[in-house]
This record gives sequence, structure tokens and C-alpha cells, in this order.
Amino acid sequence: MAFLTLSLFVCLGAYVYQLNKGLVVTGLGDYVSWGMYISNFVFFVATSLIGMLISAVLGLSGQKWATPLARMAEIIALAFAAVAGLVIVSDMGRPDRLLNVFIHGRIQSPIVWDITVVTVYVLISTLFLYIPLIPDLKICHDKIEKLHPIARKAYKLLSLNYTGSHEQDLIIKKLTRAIAIFIIPVAFAIHTVTSWLFANTSRVGWDSTIFGPYFITGAFVSGTSAIVIAMYFFRTNYKLQEYITLEHFDKIGKLLVLVSLVYLYFNLNEYMVPGYKMKKFDARHINALFTGAHAFLFWSVQLGGLIIPITLLIFNKMRKPLPLLIIACCVFVGGWFKRYIIVVPTMEHPYLPIQNVPLNFKVYSPTLVEILITIAPMILVLLIVSTLAKIIPIVPIQETIEELEESHD
Amino acid sequence: MVENEEQPKKRTRREFLQQLGIVGIGSALGGSAILAALNYDKSKTDGQRVRVLTAQNELHEINKDDLHKVLPSKHGKLTYLQQQGRDGLEGKRFVMVIDLSKCQNARKCMAACQNAHHLRPEQHHINVLKMEETENTPPYYMPKPCQHCDNPPCVAVCPVDATFKRQDGIVLIDNERCIGCRFCIAACPYSARIFNWAEPLNAQVEKDVEYNVELNVPQKKGTISKCLFSADQVRLGKLPYCVSACPNGVYYFGDENEDTVTNGTTKETVRFKKLLEDNGGYTLMPELGTKPRVYYLPPKGKTVPFNEQDREEASEHLHHS
Repeated sequence: MAFLTLSLFVCLGAYVYQLNKGLVVTGLGDYVSWGMYISNFVFFVATSLIGMLISAVLGLSGQKWATPLARMAEIIALAFAAVAGLVIVSDMGRPDRLLNVFIHGRIQSPIVWDITVVTVYVLISTLFLYIPLIPDLKICHDKIEKLHPIARKAYKLLSLNYTGSHEQDLIIKKLTRAIAIFIIPVAFAIHTVTSWLFANTSRVGWDSTIFGPYFITGAFVSGTSAIVIAMYFFRTNYKLQEYITLEHFDKIGKLLVLVSLVYLYFNLNEYMVPGYKMKKFDARHINALFTGAHAFLFWSVQLGGLIIPITLLIFNKMRKPLPLLIIACCVFVGGWFKRYIIVVPTMEHPYLPIQNVPLNFKVYSPTLVEILITIAPMILVLLIVSTLAKIIPIVPIQETIEELEESHD
Repeated sequence: MVENEEQPKKRTRREFLQQLGIVGIGSALGGSAILAALNYDKSKTDGQRVRVLTAQNELHEINKDDLHKVLPSKHGKLTYLQQQGRDGLEGKRFVMVIDLSKCQNARKCMAACQNAHHLRPEQHHINVLKMEETENTPPYYMPKPCQHCDNPPCVAVCPVDATFKRQDGIVLIDNERCIGCRFCIAACPYSARIFNWAEPLNAQVEKDVEYNVELNVPQKKGTISKCLFSADQVRLGKLPYCVSACPNGVYYFGDENEDTVTNGTTKETVRFKKLLEDNGGYTLMPELGTKPRVYYLPPKGKTVPFNEQDREEASEHLHHS
């Protein structure tokens, strides 16, 4: 925790330096004007969709086994979505004018749509975390023995006089269900709109009609790998082997295969179709990805982040906690670089030639400052998740008890 | 009984005082109203008449007292220069024609432009590109300013109305509004836009200079810049900086409504439509539906050959992988 905080301060120092000097401290230029920050933003929004997948989609479709994972998914969702807002600010040339978006906002700009839906998603995710948490807060208040009086009071205050009556339980159930239904279109909206930041331009590599679903399915892959990592660490550190079982790892591993296969299918469409036609401008982009300057990264991501993990996860043995963790880490890191591959190469291939500018305008290479500023939000997410995990039960107590009782009956 | 007798007495005194108060306030109000009316009349009769020129270039006569100085406001409202920059020139539709057969890569346009807009050497509002379409077609030089599209993708995506399309066809930027998101750079298919990544060239010198939207000077760190069709010059009835600077007669600039364009080198004015018709005029990437206001005449019948040294750079875009 102390190490994380210290690193965060170093990264914040880098941001202050950027504020001072301008974006010149990054590797960006007039041609590649979006780089790591935007890739990072897309990745953060993507990962935040896991809350919707686990709690809403699985919950509503009657997949009861996922109940103990719901809290974790919602915490990850909230942390990534909230920090995504900060990531986008780090890319702004004039962050001091952020309020202009609200004062002078124009409805036809996808950025305005994005800000609107991300804000709504953060709010709903907060409710989605909080409402089912109320009974657990009451349990915390009642059952934890060694507790600071202020903390005990806070639990009481936040549990909103919950007594466990049938009526109250009914309200919570109904509300949770309503939010679960409502969060699905909102989550689809945030990542579809994020994909439109790219697809609504005429650039090669972005000018695609499947960008919405392509991004959404990619989001499920990153999110699922994120929850595997969280499951592993909370299970070992908090001794939750009884509640986060081998069966959970097995099933979430299968889910990862499913979402990865769907994403692979979209990748096939996204690259195979222009790759077959090789239209003049598409060809340069496709060549750079398949055999050119970005080929190593492109194939590493496709093989190491999708194809190999899918193949391995088909085997039962690979869906045990440790192997699954390692595979999920590869998928997670691959997911980050996948966003980089979507953002950067396209910007290096405009329609008209890049001439009469310094070499660093033609080829993008991130600077140390830029890398530090990119790492900062990741540290922030880790801090938020670990802090929340310390103050609220990481496994939904009430719901899991109900689940166990039902299955025993 | 004694009490009963005293009460009406007291009431009367109170009532008297109340009435006195009402009369007093009433007369004070009335008096001031009369005074104000007198003053109003006085100002009306004594007021000097002055003549003012409106933004539409019309002369009006008004009372001197009705004159209010337009003060630049820092909060929300636009300064005079910002508003003027947004309004544009009524009744005009500016167009540019670039004759590629004349361009010899003299780059006087680039220099004049960078000088006028206080740009760094690597910043281009106008960039002369070395082009080659296919292996068998000859290379040529192509000056590329902002295309001032009638359907501008940059304006559509701007979240804060910092870049806008004026009635006279010019697309401009208000760098006091720009948040530096660079969505417009991503959206522009012509790579026409640049960004002030660092402190601009003359940041120190121009600290107190009032910002002119039509010149985009002073440039500001963290904001966008691009070709402005020299809106400041055009307002004065002059040709854009690049157009006047060209030694080779490449550029024509004028008004589509008048159907006339003037060559910046020869100062010859010709019919715009006829010029396009006679020389096979075209626009860049019309398939994108951006409707550029910059037209090109093909590099046909060039008298000066393409520089052999530039050939490699021209073909780079062709073979690039």
C-alpha cells in the first residue's frame, strides 16, 4: 500500500511536469496525436464493463454460481470507470478548460456522448455496488468485534437502518434487479460510444461499421481476465477458498474462452476483410500490422492474448487457479496492447504523406513521462480496489448465504 | 373606562404618523420621478448625434448617449474580435484554386504563412507535398492548406464549438475555447491541423497581445491551429499571405458568389467556374463527402520538371509498408 502510494506520487510528479511544459513531453506529434493515453482510456472503459457482465448478464440469466464474484466485479467496474475519466483528462492540452465541455458542449460531438454515458455508468455502478451491499454493512456493524467506534457508526449510517425485515429485503431485491436491467444498455452505450470516437472518422483502420460490437466483445475479454486476477489474489490473501472455489475458476475460465472466441471472430472480420481487398490506403495499414513496423506487437497480441489462451483454456488442467491466473495475466496485458494497436498505427497512416516534419512526428515512441502518466491510473485502480476490499466484504455475505441455503435445500 | 378613552387617542396619533410617512415617501418618489423625467428629456434634446459603422459596413446615426463601449469579457462572453471572427463576411463564399502545373516547390507560401501566424519551422498551415499516385504516373508538388470543407468533419466532432464554419465558408478556430482534445486532428482526412505541443514561438513577447481569431495569434500552448484562409487579410479585401507570396502563379483566391478568382502572382482576375472547366479542376478525396472549398488544377503541361532529389520522398508514400 505504501509502495503504491509512493509510486502514485512519482507518477503525479510526471503529470505536473507535463502540465508545466505542455504535451511536448510526450512522444505525440501532429500526425500521431493520440497515443498511449487514449489507448489507456479505451482499455479502462473496456475493463469496467465486467461489472455489467458478471452481475447483470450472468445474474439475470440465472447463473447462480457467479453470486460470490458479483461484489468483486462491481468494485473493478467502479474503479476502472471512475479512473477512466481521469485518464482522458491527462490527454487534454488544456485540462484547465475541462468545464468548457459542460458550458459549451455540442450534442453532435461523440466526446460529449462519451462523457455523458461514462458519468451515468459511474453513478449506476456506484448504486449497483451499494444497494446489494446494505445487508452486508449491517452484518459488518453487528458482527465485527474489534472495530473503531467511528467505523461502527459509519457502517450503521450506511446500512440505512436495515433490520433484515422481509419488506426491506424485497425492496433491495427489486432495486438490484432494476439496476441490473438498466446497467446493460448503459454499459453497451459507454463502450460503443468509445468505439465511435474512432469509427466516426474516415481514417483507415478506424472507418469500420463493426467497431461497436468489436469493442464490446473485446471489453468482455479484458474484464473477465481482470476478475480472474482479482479472484486469485483475494482468495489467497483473504483465505476465501471456501467461497471462491475451484469450480468458480473452472467456470470463469470457460467464460473467458467463450468471450475470447467471440472477440477472435470479430478480429477475423476486422482484419481479414480489408486484408483481402488491400485497397490502396488500407494496404499500408494492413502491411504495417501483418509484416511491417507493428507486426511483432500485432502477432504477440493476437497469439499471446487470444489464440494461445483460448487453446490452453480448453483443457481442464489449465482452468485451475494458478495456470488460469497466468493465462489471465497474458490476456489482460495483451488487451492493453491491443488498444495500442487499434489507436497508434492508424494515426501513422493518414491519407496524405507525412512530409517536412521531424522524424519523431512520423513514428510514435512514448516517452518516460508519458509511460509514468499512463501507469498512474493503474496504481490508482489498485489503490481503490484494495481500499474498498478492506472496508467492505469482498464476497457478498447475505447473497452467498441465501445461495448456499437454497442449494442445500 | 379611562383606558377605553385613551385608546382611540393613541390610535389617532399612530394613524397620523403613518399618514405623514406615506405622504412623505409619496412626495419624495413623485419628486424624483419628475426630476428623472426632466433629466431624460434634457438628455434627449441635448444629446449629440454620432455616426457609427456597423459590422455589416453600414453607416448609422445614433445618440451619443446610446453608445456603449464593447468591453472584452473574460467570462463566457466573446470579445469583439472573437465575435467578428465567428460571424465572418456576409454575402461571401471564399474559394481557392491551386494550379499544380505551376508549382515548383519554391515554398514561399509556407514561409509567408509561418511568418504571419508565428509558427515554428515544423508547424505547417500550408505544406507543399511531394506526391506520386502510382508507379507510372509522374510525381508532382502539391501545396496543401486546410480544405475549408463545406461538410467539415473537424467541426462536427469538436465537443466545445471551438472550431466552427463561418457564413463565408472559412473554417476557423477559437483557441480561447479549445480544450486540446485533438479529436479534430483525428477526424481531418487531409492532416490539415497542427497542435501547439509546447509554448508557442513568441509566447513571451505576445503575452499581452489581444487574441485575434482571424489570425490565430497569439498562438496558445495546448490548443489547435491550422490554415485560416488568412481571414484577417480577406476582411481587408486583400489576398491570403500564401497567395500573395507565391512567385509562380500557383494560387487563385476569390469569391464563389461573384464567380471570380484572382491570381496572387499576376493579379489577373478570372472566372472561377470557367477556370475549373477549362483546366479539369477537382477536389481532394471527394469520395469522403467533405466538400472542400479548395480546388486543384491537374499538373498538366508542366514547364519545370520535378526535382530528381525529391523523387524518393514522393514515392515513399506509395511503397510504404
